[in-house]
Amino acid sequence: MRRAHIVGAGNTAFGRLEGRTPLDLMAEAAQRALDDAALDRTAIDGVLCGYATTLPHLMLATLFCERFALEPAYAHAMQLGGATGAAMVMLARELVRVGRCRNVLVVAGENRLTGQARDSAIQTLAQVGDADFEVPNGASVPAYYALLASRYLHETGLTETDLAELAVLMRARAAEHPDAHQRTPITVADVLASKSIASPLKLLDCCPISDGAMALVISADPGRRLAAAIVGAGQAHRHQHLSAMADVLDTGAAIAGRRAFDEAGFDRDRIDYLAIYDSFTITLAILIEELGFAPRGGSARRARAGDFAPDGVLPLNTHGGLLSFGHSGVAGGMGHVVEAFRQLTGRAGARQIPRRTCAFVHGDGGVLSSHVSLVLQRED
Amino acid sequence: MSTVTSSNGFAAGLAEREVRYQICADCGHVQTLARLACRSCGASRLEWRRAAGTGAVFAVTVVSRAPSDEFRALAPYTLVLVDLDEGCRIMGHAEPGVQIGQRVVADFFDHGGRTLLRFRSP
Ligand SMILES: [Zn+2]
Repeated sequence: MRRAHIVGAGNTAFGRLEGRTPLDLMAEAAQRALDDAALDRTAIDGVLCGYATTLPHLMLATLFCERFALEPAYAHAMQLGGATGAAMVMLARELVRVGRCRNVLVVAGENRLTGQARDSAIQTLAQVGDADFEVPNGASVPAYYALLASRYLHETGLTETDLAELAVLMRARAAEHPDAHQRTPITVADVLASKSIASPLKLLDCCPISDGAMALVISADPGRRLAAAIVGAGQAHRHQHLSAMADVLDTGAAIAGRRAFDEAGFDRDRIDYLAIYDSFTITLAILIEELGFAPRGGSARRARAGDFAPDGVLPLNTHGGLLSFGHSGVAGGMGHVVEAFRQLTGRAGARQIPRRTCAFVHGDGGVLSSHVSLVLQRED
Repeated sequence: MSTVTSSNGFAAGLAEREVRYQICADCGHVQTLARLACRSCGASRLEWRRAAGTGAVFAVTVVSRAPSDEFRALAPYTLVLVDLDEGCRIMGHAEPGVQIGQRVVADFFDHGGRTLLRFRSP
């Protein structure tokens, strides 16, 4: 099979972007990705786009193509919650590998912050819960993750202070990114003192809701600039609802990761950059630990030791993650892939870290329900 | 063959102030949620049974930020996942102060036109 390469990335700023629509945000990110890849729009023969809660259209990919003047040979939207971005990159790779497409545009964006009332956004998201057994209780996504957190802390000894450490880390990274939603530095004390949302989670343990878009181009041809190959991918889907998650120490993340490494043909020890989904601090802690990048209960200890810092052994989410760069739905999860690609290929500007060769990306949707892992490799 | 087609078994149970769960007629596996197949053996002959309503708290949170006006009036409220003695897990409200591992029993309250679960100390 052919090799698939990430050859370009683009993004809008994240935050409160008054007056913007999902389509024009997507178009801005897509144009930047095409420019970065040095490809003309006519070269795009595949389009994958993420769903938008503020534009629940039946044919979002086709609609976007019409507005953005694309006529691909293959196009559709995808819905897999927060895992959608990584899953689209995985599918784009498959389309390239089998020869169906040569250049796939992966794009997502929405005005999730300004396009709807806050209650409306929170209630839409809560529908990842069960309509009869969970949602009627007045549960919300933060409440599901809070329940999960209570059990995870109970079983592993991880503490609320540990969770706060991860929020501080993401904010420090976002402070270095001009496009990030929340850039004001915070301390562990600030996180612990922020108002409770659903115990043990406080406001600063939760990602913001943002407007914004992200795009990537995945190609059969690595192009003239430095590219990153997608050398492994894997998924796991073990439950939809928290009530059906049998074991908080076995959510499916490790299974997806194993599948990606098996395909890559090497293991965790080769990874020198981490791009891990972080809708809440507890999400980040559980994923880092289940994926084996820290011992159980030990993710914050590694953060405190500096391991996840830009100059550490395993830099993590150097754009600030969902927790501080921001979360505009599918684009939020794509942000991790975009930043991994930029760091691997020397495109990160003032944030550029010393040479990295191998990135591990993990996205999750629902309540750690759907998992997608990717292994990216710098191509020299 | 009594194939389960909806979650009415659970909702109907709540209306009668009963906690109901599914049991597989083929292998005896028990499960919550309105599934269409047995998680253990894949069989589709699932029956609704009445649970005793007793169990142990698996997870607990106090929700301060309610998702709607309807629940803002109740905030802060306690939500739990409870492992029922029959061997399956269910979400519900709980009295304040319950802890992970604590024994609880199901009670019921009406809110917004629905009957909801509220676990309390036995
Ligand atoms: Zn069975």
